[in-house]
Amino acid sequence: MKGSLSRLAGLVLLALHLGALFAEFIAPYGYADQNRDFAYAPPTRPHLIDDEGRFHLVPFVYALEPDADGRGYVERRSERFPIRLFARGDSYRLLGVFPASRHLFGVDQPGRFFLLGTDGLGRDLFSRLVHGGRVSLFAGILGAGIALLLGTLVGGLSGFYGGGLDRLLMRVTEVFMALPWLYLLIAARAVQPLDTPPARALLTVVLILGCFGWPRSARLVRGVALSAREREYVRAARGFGASNLYLLRRHILPRTAAVAWTQGALLVPQFILAEVGLSFLGIGVNQPLPSWGNMLGELQHFHVLASGWWWMVAPGVALIAVILAYDLVARGATVPAYDPATRS
Amino acid sequence: MNRSDRIPRLLAALSLLSMLACGRSADDGRTPEPAAAEAPAGRPGGRLVAALRAEPDTLNPLFVANRTAQTLRYLTSADLIHINRYTQEVEPALAESWSVSDDGTLYTLNLRRGIRFSDGEPFDADDVVFSFAVHLDPEVGSSNRQLLMVAGEPIRVEKIDSHTVTFELAAPYAVGERIFDSVAIVPQHLLAESYASGTLGTAWGLGTPPEQIAGLGPFQPTSYRPGERLTLARNPHYWRRDQAGNPLPYLDELVFLVVASEDAQAIRFQNGEVDIVSGLSAENFAALEARGPDASYVLTDLGAGLAYNFLFFNLNDLADADLPEVAARQKWFRQRDFRRAVHQAIDRQGIRRLVYSDRATVIDSPVTSGNRLWRNERIAPVSRSIDGARRLLAEAGFSWNEDEQLVDAAGTPVEFTIITNSSNTQRLEIAAIVQEDLRQLGMSVQVVPLEFRTMVDRLLNSCDYDACVLGLGGGDVDPNSSMAVWLSSGASHLWALRQETPATPWEAEIDSLMNRQLAEMDPVERKRLFDRVQEILAEELPFIWIVSPNVLAGAHRDLGNFRPAVLEPSALWNAYELFWKNSNKNLD
Repeated sequence: MKGSLSRLAGLVLLALHLGALFAEFIAPYGYADQNRDFAYAPPTRPHLIDDEGRFHLVPFVYALEPDADGRGYVERRSERFPIRLFARGDSYRLLGVFPASRHLFGVDQPGRFFLLGTDGLGRDLFSRLVHGGRVSLFAGILGAGIALLLGTLVGGLSGFYGGGLDRLLMRVTEVFMALPWLYLLIAARAVQPLDTPPARALLTVVLILGCFGWPRSARLVRGVALSAREREYVRAARGFGASNLYLLRRHILPRTAAVAWTQGALLVPQFILAEVGLSFLGIGVNQPLPSWGNMLGELQHFHVLASGWWWMVAPGVALIAVILAYDLVARGATVPAYDPATRS
Repeated sequence: MNRSDRIPRLLAALSLLSMLACGRSADDGRTPEPAAAEAPAGRPGGRLVAALRAEPDTLNPLFVANRTAQTLRYLTSADLIHINRYTQEVEPALAESWSVSDDGTLYTLNLRRGIRFSDGEPFDADDVVFSFAVHLDPEVGSSNRQLLMVAGEPIRVEKIDSHTVTFELAAPYAVGERIFDSVAIVPQHLLAESYASGTLGTAWGLGTPPEQIAGLGPFQPTSYRPGERLTLARNPHYWRRDQAGNPLPYLDELVFLVVASEDAQAIRFQNGEVDIVSGLSAENFAALEARGPDASYVLTDLGAGLAYNFLFFNLNDLADADLPEVAARQKWFRQRDFRRAVHQAIDRQGIRRLVYSDRATVIDSPVTSGNRLWRNERIAPVSRSIDGARRLLAEAGFSWNEDEQLVDAAGTPVEFTIITNSSNTQRLEIAAIVQEDLRQLGMSVQVVPLEFRTMVDRLLNSCDYDACVLGLGGGDVDPNSSMAVWLSSGASHLWALRQETPATPWEAEIDSLMNRQLAEMDPVERKRLFDRVQEILAEELPFIWIVSPNVLAGAHRDLGNFRPAVLEPSALWNAYELFWKNSNKNLD
């Protein structure tokens, strides 16, 4: 039961990450495209039945136009725009390499299909959500990867060699735990030149976060390495003349793998949340590049809360789904890994 | 002067052009409203809760470095001759009458008799002489000093008798008696000692016991809880009376909550935690308005204000600065056609609609439509044209490479950054729209939001920036209120600060026009001179004009005499005559 749930969560994660990877294909519009006549448009309603009561197999949308008092939008029912799969739209480079212009779905111009509505500059929120997912998920995985790598390295060395090296490395770990990383981040952003592209600024933030996120996993890995070192089979191998490198590679690090994986699955959502928090505070990802964090940041504005709050919730829902899925995957990973039966 | 204390002063120069209040009033087309004392009589008592954007730094009206301090000075002190914020005309304040010599250099002011400070001590000519001595003393660093220098000379103040004071100006001054507005008169009996010992700068801080502070304004500070609230109590000796001769102010207490963001202020206002609010953003105004007529508040759109937003490029002389990259990009920024192309490309109608929900006016000069007297109607509005902008760039030697990037004659792609302050949502949105518009010209622009002080430091000290979206204005309608912006030697001549000699012929012409209008006593000729300044500005575009936002305010339904004004402090200018119509609210 638990296994199947975590397998499902794994599939959800896979789908989300693939979605983020192929964001240009899945998003019908570019994340920075401004439709200035359609600010704060509500989600476009797909229809199956037209005004004459005719049923259409392919869902379609109507074009929007501002309503009489200029505050909302009404559908212009004179013309139908069928929603096409693999519609031709703006050209882009898939994975940054292959030129393409097909999008998963879309409607012909001048029709617009805003699946989740638009923001204050008329940018399609669904497209921003998909592109923002790339930023946020990438930040999570990269940050967690760096933290895990450093953590396993320091923890493994510390636990395996023990003694003076252990004491030194553990004190260093404590120092890193105590450092005020938030101020360091702000300072790092301040010294960067103004024309740093948003993507590179984000990379810096993630690198710094990763370099400060390792102490907890280092401590866990150290504990496992310490206990593994004292196992009979490890002592036996040493007795037979195995080198330290061989022992680390063959016996110690594989023992720590389970801990490392679960740590990883727990760290990724933490780093995603860190990016969200920083962007919400305005020191994360700069406009116009979207991230789930800076999309949520829009909710700080009273008028968004008071009027169109519900379509701004999308990044929040996506975020909760990702974090839950990672959590389930982490729980699924712990069960078999600690089961002595799978070890032999 | 070291750097750390220079920044607050520069901040003051930037954010408080509004303090340079002097000049003629605008004929704004409004029907004449009753003057302060003619407002409907109210009922005494009650407490009004308002909000401040920032914590006050001091309670001393001599030092005004931000809008918070400006509002507090307005409420806790009085000036000799006052600009009525609503009618924009001068009116008698502590001086009940005055006369001017024929040559316009000698002012004789007759002070009101029988006035007392809030601590009960009498006020007379000695307090005026003392106050001006303090304001004019360069050691004190009063924020009014610069404005009281006429033709480089301080005003000479002389006491004739206990209720008559003369002021002698070194040269005729076109703005006349408006020079006295906002020059706070402080009590000699409380501040003479600290002035003598040179500790005036720290007197009347936030920790000073309230009984050691006194003023001539309608309210006096009574308590301050850091980060939370500042309470002002009614001044029992206030000199203004209502129509029926009743003492003013009506309110017993004025409470200021510190609410940092405009969004948070709007929420507090909607919830009824704050009774009066001004400086609302158009979007929040619309959200509050959506509540309909059942809401417990009323909202007022005063139309175009005096503030305006603009984009400008860094044209400072960077020969001594170690900024080779900015200096290289200045080759583009210095070309008038480049600036014109940018101006033509910006979708200002779109900005008006998207950022301000139509509650703003597109501008083509620093004189907004809220200022009809000084506005040069001959300046033709520039409409958006991407094609026109591309033509201008092509004629100026720019071209486009195969990736549709704009490149200069040397083949360098046109890339630059626009900074703005991250706390201002409207400016961030303006910058995002400008970024997209300039992308259509092939320019690659990055928007960098900065914390306000960091931004100001770059603008005024390090000059390490390419372009910036900023707002100015909100002071008086008279061109004199912006001398520091237009004079090439000015501290707020933002595109090229404090020049020793004007860098360009047109800046030299503006200098000469601005200095001439300063001494010109004929209003028609003054207008002609300032019209020419506006024409040069529209032609050369050191500032790329964007929009002027409307002044939006709101107050609780039961608040009487709520008549917000375009001039600051917009909603509280008549705090002395605000009152609660409903006695239940008095018991709060």
